Amino acid sequence: MDIFLGLANNVLTEGLIYAVMAIGVYVTYSVLNFPDLSVDGTFPLGACVTGALILRGANPLAACLVSFLCGAAAGCATGLLHVRLHITDLLSGILVMTGLWSVNLAVTGGTAVLAYFKDPTIFNSGFGAALATAAGDWGPALLALLCCAAVKLAVDLYLRTKSGLLLRAAGDNPQYVVSLGKNPGNMKILGLMIGNGCTALAGSVLSQQSGSANIYSGTGMVVMALASVIIGTSLFGRLKALRATSAVVLGTIVYKACLVAAMQLGLPTNYLKLLMAVLFTVALVLRQAAPSGRGKKHVDPTKI
Amino acid sequence: MRHICKTFNPGTVSEVPLFRDFNLTLRRGSFAAVVGSNGSGKTTILNILCGSVTPDSGEAAVAGQEIVGMPEYRISRFVGRVFQDPAAGTCPALTVLENLSLADNKGKRFGLSGGVSRKRTDFYRSQLELLKLGLEDKLDLPVASLSGGQRQALALLICVMTPIKLLILDEHTAALDPKSSETVMELTDRIVREKRLTVLMVTHNLKYAVGYGDRLLMMHRGRIVLDAEGEAKRALGIRSLTEKFDEISLEAGNSV
Repeated sequence: MDIFLGLANNVLTEGLIYAVMAIGVYVTYSVLNFPDLSVDGTFPLGACVTGALILRGANPLAACLVSFLCGAAAGCATGLLHVRLHITDLLSGILVMTGLWSVNLAVTGGTAVLAYFKDPTIFNSGFGAALATAAGDWGPALLALLCCAAVKLAVDLYLRTKSGLLLRAAGDNPQYVVSLGKNPGNMKILGLMIGNGCTALAGSVLSQQSGSANIYSGTGMVVMALASVIIGTSLFGRLKALRATSAVVLGTIVYKACLVAAMQLGLPTNYLKLLMAVLFTVALVLRQAAPSGRGKKHVDPTKI
Repeated sequence: MRHICKTFNPGTVSEVPLFRDFNLTLRRGSFAAVVGSNGSGKTTILNILCGSVTPDSGEAAVAGQEIVGMPEYRISRFVGRVFQDPAAGTCPALTVLENLSLADNKGKRFGLSGGVSRKRTDFYRSQLELLKLGLEDKLDLPVASLSGGQRQALALLICVMTPIKLLILDEHTAALDPKSSETVMELTDRIVREKRLTVLMVTHNLKYAVGYGDRLLMMHRGRIVLDAEGEAKRALGIRSLTEKFDEISLEAGNSV
């Protein structure tokens, strides 16, 4: 039983942190209809920036904020490549992802791993420390839940503002945005900034939870995030009581649980990425087979 | 529009010189209907006026504002356009209310204030009631669930919600069934009269071209072959128009 609780704790903590990224990818992929591959680069960017800042004695919360801004800047780069230079969406993402590899190395000062086990993070100082004393082993999971809830609420609220409505229109019918006298390209850039900002924030929080920043941590993040979004919106999207962002959070936890379950059943760690790819494929195929047949357009981003 | 020249695919085998020194002036408050065979340049005129096609030379201005070279989204601030495709003028995934709220905010900042203002809902409802299509009860439904005629009526309403200098109707009834197309056309006429809009309408329906508007233009190979206004237009019947149409059609090598 203890083993099971421990696993559940692990699934919830990591699942909720990854959910922050999945919410960001939901904005780019489902709302904007933009398959953004730069996520593979912005996730470790958040981790590396956080590692570098904390090792220099920065406040861990400030490190989270700076990570978000760095991610947003990377998303802006993807958007500019796509909108201003007319490079296709997939290629723009690949270009930024490739370029970020060097940027991340520059941030870490050339090493692949930055360890800061003994330095203060959001998990072992201030509010996080208080939570850990109060809730014991479940402290980190609670803190992850708070982070995730804050991001989810912020994104939900944003999508209901005038700017958010325009963002949803830009993904749905760019011509409509043009006829409103606005440039849909700018809305795409804004959406990519939000998406990659959230991704870098997730990278930052996860790195603080583990006490180290790993430059390799980005591999497979696109697959993981997209799978979470698709699993979430297909499994839970039809429940009227749930907003799409909540569905995405649940999807991430389900996805993470599948991975952990496979590990417990004896799958060697080396096959993890293969399993991620297979799960993603299954999610894609299942969504096509879904009776509603309306694809991702079916998802009502916020049910007002 | 003055001295417009436009050649498509210049320098290739499929070079199509469409306009050579084309001129057209619309009076403020006039409602002009344009007919013509395929490839006569009707849609190109609309595209130049909207900024989606740039002429090789010449000038085009709307209400004194030069528009050649201006990006499409800037021109949209004072030129409204209803498309042939009913899906183009609205946002299918958003609800009727959200679509109207966006349109209502045109020309203002799209900031972080609430996207849908409940205070304005009654105003939207009264506007929708005027359409007499029962849309006032469907405010919270996504536009994707509306019929083509309802969507086109909504697109029209969205276009004229904020003041515009020129309304462009791009075969806006062509994709609808005869009954809805009749309804949308009557609606168009009523809105245009009420708001005293300047309108340029392209249509393939000669009956609408004769029945609506105060000026009729027939185009052929980038030239205006018939331009009737006021009394002269009223004297035109569908029959004489069809004859004229067949004439240019024959000239183009088609059999009647």
